[in-house]
Amino acid sequence: MTSLIKKYYYGDIPEDKSGGADIPSNNVRQSDWPLWEVFIRSKQGLDHKHAGSLHAADAQMAIENARDVYTRRMEGVSIWVVESKHMHASNPEESTSLYEPSEDKIYRHPTFYDLPEEVKHM
Amino acid sequence: MPDQETVHPDALVERIFQDKIDQEVKIEPKDWMPDAYRKTNIRQISQHAHSEIVGMLPEGNWITRAPSLKRKAILLAKVQDEAGHGLYLYSAAETLGTTREQTINDLHSGKAKYSSIFNYPTPSWADMGAIGWLVDGAAILNQVMLCRTSYGPYARAMVRICKEESFHQRQGFEILWVLSKGTDEQKAMCQESINRWWWPSLMMFGPHDSASTNSEQSMLWKIKRKSNDELRQNFVDMCAEQVKVLGMTLPDPNLKWNAETKHYDFGEINWDEFWNVVKGNGPCNKERVAARKKAWEEGEWVREAAAAYAAKREELVD
Repeated sequence: MTSLIKKYYYGDIPEDKSGGADIPSNNVRQSDWPLWEVFIRSKQGLDHKHAGSLHAADAQMAIENARDVYTRRMEGVSIWVVESKHMHASNPEESTSLYEPSEDKIYRHPTFYDLPEEVKHM
Repeated sequence: MPDQETVHPDALVERIFQDKIDQEVKIEPKDWMPDAYRKTNIRQISQHAHSEIVGMLPEGNWITRAPSLKRKAILLAKVQDEAGHGLYLYSAAETLGTTREQTINDLHSGKAKYSSIFNYPTPSWADMGAIGWLVDGAAILNQVMLCRTSYGPYARAMVRICKEESFHQRQGFEILWVLSKGTDEQKAMCQESINRWWWPSLMMFGPHDSASTNSEQSMLWKIKRKSNDELRQNFVDMCAEQVKVLGMTLPDPNLKWNAETKHYDFGEINWDEFWNVVKGNGPCNKERVAARKKAWEEGEWVREAAAAYAAKREELVD
């Protein structure tokens, strides 16, 4: 498919002969360090939350890099890293069959039930 | 034989895609997207990343000779932030399927561009102030807009960046403000630096909308949400007021408040200079790319050693 855009500017950067325009192929270059996903617990008592990703040779380096890249302003008290190739995700195209079954089950929500006014603390 | 009502599957997914955009639903990495949307995002995000990385160089020049330990610590923190911002953006680009190595190779080969502002030199300490105030100030206007861009990972990276960036602008303005209260030489240094950075900062917003022909597509896809001229005008309006606080002036005899438009009128940018720097003939283009290549090549053994060490440890575990 040819580009719909002949010229596009992000600020002062012209498109002409600019890079990154190649559509990705499957032959991932081996020379990049593996990619890791980073999860950070912002404070004790909260869940780890996905913060982003980075490249590192091993898990220890991934944690050290995550410290520098994602917690420069005390954003975290704990870091998880997992190699991106081990992440499995649901397919957006299957979202209908995955999530629709719960749409018609409104009786799973407390607001579905009418209770007499006199009932307190329920 | 399909009847006339049948919609081609590609047209259908494209319509669903555009509907999401129109309803402000973010596009995520695994969602279907038109090839041109993917390409445009890869290009824009990686160029944005390169700008952060190359942007470390003009300021890195002053780390060893900052006038005090306080200023040195601040400058180090700022340059480290820029490295971080580059990394957030490189990973956002990778979610679109490009590899880090290819992206970096494109910078080194000159195939990928970065913001031309970083091809100007930093001969004076006041430049650290002017860069923070003007260059980061201009960048922030773009970045605030991009927090609402339609591609999820890019928008999330921009939110993180914007949170960190406002210290960059404030520390820059403070440097200039301190100089503006100093000796005659310091005041002159402050004004001279503003004079040099003003016009290149205005160029950061890119060509006039009239010369930026097909950016409507990017507006339609909500990759970009404000035009170059709109952002530039916001910037001029802000700086024209802020410069008064410094007791300095902007080097534009045509800068004047227009009561009718409620905006500042300003003079024409030297577009020849702009295109000349874009084409690689700015004062520091060669130096900047050479510095990046040198860092990459001299880090080669570190990358190899770390990979070898990781492989060896894995063997031991097995």
